[in-house]
Amino acid sequence: MDLLFRPAHELHRLLRRREVGARELAEAFLARLDAVEDKVKAFVTVTRKLALEQAAAIEVRLARGEELSPLAGLPLALKDNLCTRGLRTTCSSRMLAEWVPPYSATVVERLAEAGMVLVGKTNMDEFAMGSSTENSAFFPTRNPWDLERVPGGSSGGSAAAVAAGEVVYALGSDTGGSIRQPASFCGVVGLKPTYGLVSRYGLVAFASSLDQIGPLTRDVTDCALVLQAIAGHDPRDSTSAPVPVPDYVAALGDGRLAGLKIGVPKEYFPPGIEPGVRQAVERALGYLEEAGARCEETSLPHTPYALPAYYLVAPAEASSNLARYDGVQYGYRTEAEDLRQMYRRTRRLGFGAEVKRRIMLGTYALSAGYYDAYYLKALKVRRLIKEDFDRAFGRFAVLVTPTSPTVAFRLGEKIADPLAMYLSDLFTIPVNMAGLPGLSVPCGFSNGLPVGLQIIGPPFSEALLLRVGYAVEQAAGCAGRWPALEVGSDG
Amino acid sequence: MAEYEAVIGLEVHVELKTASKAFCGCSTAFGAAPNTHICPVCLGLPGVLPVINRKMVDYALKVALALNCRIAPHCKFDRKNYYYPDLPKNYQISQYDLPLATDGYLEVEVDGRRRRIGIIRVHMEEDAGKLIHEGEALNPGAYSLVDLNRTGVPLLEIVSAPDIHSPEEAYAYLTSLKAILQYLDVSDCKMEEGSLRCDANISVRPRGSEVLGTKTELKNMNSFRALQRALAYEIERQSEILARGGRIKQETRAWDESRGVTVSLRGKEEAHDYRYFPEPDLVPLAIGEDWINRIREELPELPAERRRRFQEQYGLPPYDAAVLTASKSMADYFEACLGHYREAKTVSNWLMGDFSRLLNAHGLEPEQAPVRPQDLAELLTLIDEGTISGKIAKTVFEEMFLTGKKARTVVEEKGLVQISDEAAVLAVVEEVLAAHPGPAADYRAGKEKALGFLVGQVMKATRGKANPALVNKLLKERLE
Ligand SMILES: [Zn+2]
Repeated sequence: MDLLFRPAHELHRLLRRREVGARELAEAFLARLDAVEDKVKAFVTVTRKLALEQAAAIEVRLARGEELSPLAGLPLALKDNLCTRGLRTTCSSRMLAEWVPPYSATVVERLAEAGMVLVGKTNMDEFAMGSSTENSAFFPTRNPWDLERVPGGSSGGSAAAVAAGEVVYALGSDTGGSIRQPASFCGVVGLKPTYGLVSRYGLVAFASSLDQIGPLTRDVTDCALVLQAIAGHDPRDSTSAPVPVPDYVAALGDGRLAGLKIGVPKEYFPPGIEPGVRQAVERALGYLEEAGARCEETSLPHTPYALPAYYLVAPAEASSNLARYDGVQYGYRTEAEDLRQMYRRTRRLGFGAEVKRRIMLGTYALSAGYYDAYYLKALKVRRLIKEDFDRAFGRFAVLVTPTSPTVAFRLGEKIADPLAMYLSDLFTIPVNMAGLPGLSVPCGFSNGLPVGLQIIGPPFSEALLLRVGYAVEQAAGCAGRWPALEVGSDG
Repeated sequence: MAEYEAVIGLEVHVELKTASKAFCGCSTAFGAAPNTHICPVCLGLPGVLPVINRKMVDYALKVALALNCRIAPHCKFDRKNYYYPDLPKNYQISQYDLPLATDGYLEVEVDGRRRRIGIIRVHMEEDAGKLIHEGEALNPGAYSLVDLNRTGVPLLEIVSAPDIHSPEEAYAYLTSLKAILQYLDVSDCKMEEGSLRCDANISVRPRGSEVLGTKTELKNMNSFRALQRALAYEIERQSEILARGGRIKQETRAWDESRGVTVSLRGKEEAHDYRYFPEPDLVPLAIGEDWINRIREELPELPAERRRRFQEQYGLPPYDAAVLTASKSMADYFEACLGHYREAKTVSNWLMGDFSRLLNAHGLEPEQAPVRPQDLAELLTLIDEGTISGKIAKTVFEEMFLTGKKARTVVEEKGLVQISDEAAVLAVVEEVLAAHPGPAADYRAGKEKALGFLVGQVMKATRGKANPALVNKLLKERLE
């Protein structure tokens, strides 16, 4: 039985009916990993032994006839900025290459309760700063659709692992598009939940006011299942919202969207957008209309200011969040003559170029004499962006846009040009700046590479986003199409 | 230097004695083995998040209300960024532009004159850890150890207005502030354990001038007395410079206790840029009327009110009332005594006298004294009953303090019961008169002083136990 590319909800059914065992499932995915990982390089750490132990525990529960939660026994991967007790959590940085957390993130605890089978920790741009996973201190990850191309970033390892069939699903984190953009590049579903829906406790911080953890999955139904497992208030995260968590799977509906008003912001279709992306998204708008929705052009006038404002707010917070990596208590340390020299050398050698660039940007933006002109002004822009969205949601239930202006680009293509790289997140950043949920769903292909459609909604409208995403998925017929990744040949 | 006036503002940091730390569940207890009261949150490990301890806010509100401050309906926390090995995150969670409370005041009394010292702001923040330096500086083997037990303990920063004009006023301000904090039971206020710390900003200007002079910031004062001395030194230093026509350098100076001088620590140009910005891991704190009212209702009687009450209710002189109420535990002890004994002024005399002397000598607080309030009351009753003399009572009290025994037990064990039997005392009087015919003759000749000598001899012969009034009466009768 080919198990590898089946969605979680199908595999759960097979497990429940005892048509496949948890151990068999884990072994199948580990075998796939062995076959393709050399090419894809999605993982920083593979936890083979742990996965088999966890699968064995699920076997015992199955044998006892226990009712299993929908994700129990399904192999998964975690982005390597989610703390796992007793298992190194590197953030793909030399700084934390050997760091083993003494505690687990809330989301990890929740998945463990749900019967987690952890295959490993995935590669990422260092400290989640980047859009291609080329900023990993260890190695770049490849896009399973085309190994010469990037998987996107910063959750590139997670997206690639799902697309390559190495795991059923994965978690990533999204500060400016780091789940949605790689989901788009790798042809998987990716959700950035509303700020505050999922606890950040145990997510190594990049920019605290923007970071959210979310799922990368094979289809929209799986996305609903994983979100169900990780969402909800956590007393350990003061910014997590005390809101009820609805039944996301039940809300998926039947693919019909009768009377739903959808806004299409014109600022998200600039002239520079890749034609294949534009065509795929326009086709998706057609699917939505066929499903009964009414799509109408609208405007979010402050969109052009989102990117520059983001590159002040996020680095400012990062400059402070990353100050703790100083060699004193844990992580990488260089020997030195005195304290100052230890600080300097440790941080110079422990961080990569992009991380240092952003720390410098952020430090500058917060400095006396520049704070008002940069950081404070960026906060004002952030409020204007939020107000744009608030106004739009007065008229529309959701907004749809391309997830990224392009499909996956070539390795090395943008790494020397930070500004070009930053533009890859042009359409995803405003969503983080406004604290809104955004879902990326595969909606077609451009030159054989996946294109993602982004669906944006008001705060805590994940159920609606998933319903719209489900309708797109039903109509687009992308689900079930996976990269060939010819195993055994020299690709 | 009388032509110069000092302008002083004080910045006091107090550790709040909440059971757990400001943003995690770790204990705040002092004196534990290094790095035992720690968790991922106060260690600042990657991925952790702070959660506000509501008790810290309760305590801070108590202080703010007691200092007559305006409570901000919305306040927020900010990050103060600087690198130091005792600060694991390399930023301190503090409050910057929207502190908990502003615009309060504190009343102090100096030389019988009452003055209001303004309070600019009261804000909450977390404490840093401690560095322990091993080996000699500059020695290649020297190194430092970090103890993070104190990291994250809640601190309150209380900033006074520059309304203080003398070291004595500064001392009075700190004493009053400490009393309030102790009455509120929110801090141990122990400078030696670091639970109360004080920095000072000080400048001088020609008397009568409205223009502020250049200020220096003074650090490293380890007691209220040290602060007073440091300020006095600094006033003199700055005044001398100005008198010579020189200029004050804006800088941070450290008090050197052993040499009794302040020394330059760093100049203005070396001042930190803390890059404050709103703490994104915490949501702004909304403090509604309900919360404020609940805290207001919980406020205990404060020193000023209690001092007034002591004067009115117990008829104490203002001086006694001020001394007794300056320390909450002393005032509590006083009132506990009055539950067993009625003469307030007598109790006050004993507490301000022998009791305070013995407490100081043994480094104890009133509630730690081996003599309990009912024991002192019993002693005073024994005097009133004539069982012992006031003089003997002092000996008895000292014995009680040293052994923890009750007054009656000490009196009985030591055979200190006063001799009031007329025949017994008369016999001694006769002996003394016979042994000292000279002074007896002197007294008869009109030298009143000689009586004192004779009384003393009788007391000596009875080892102080003779009833002094009786001795006087009998001597006079026999000398008539
Ligand atoms: Zn702690």
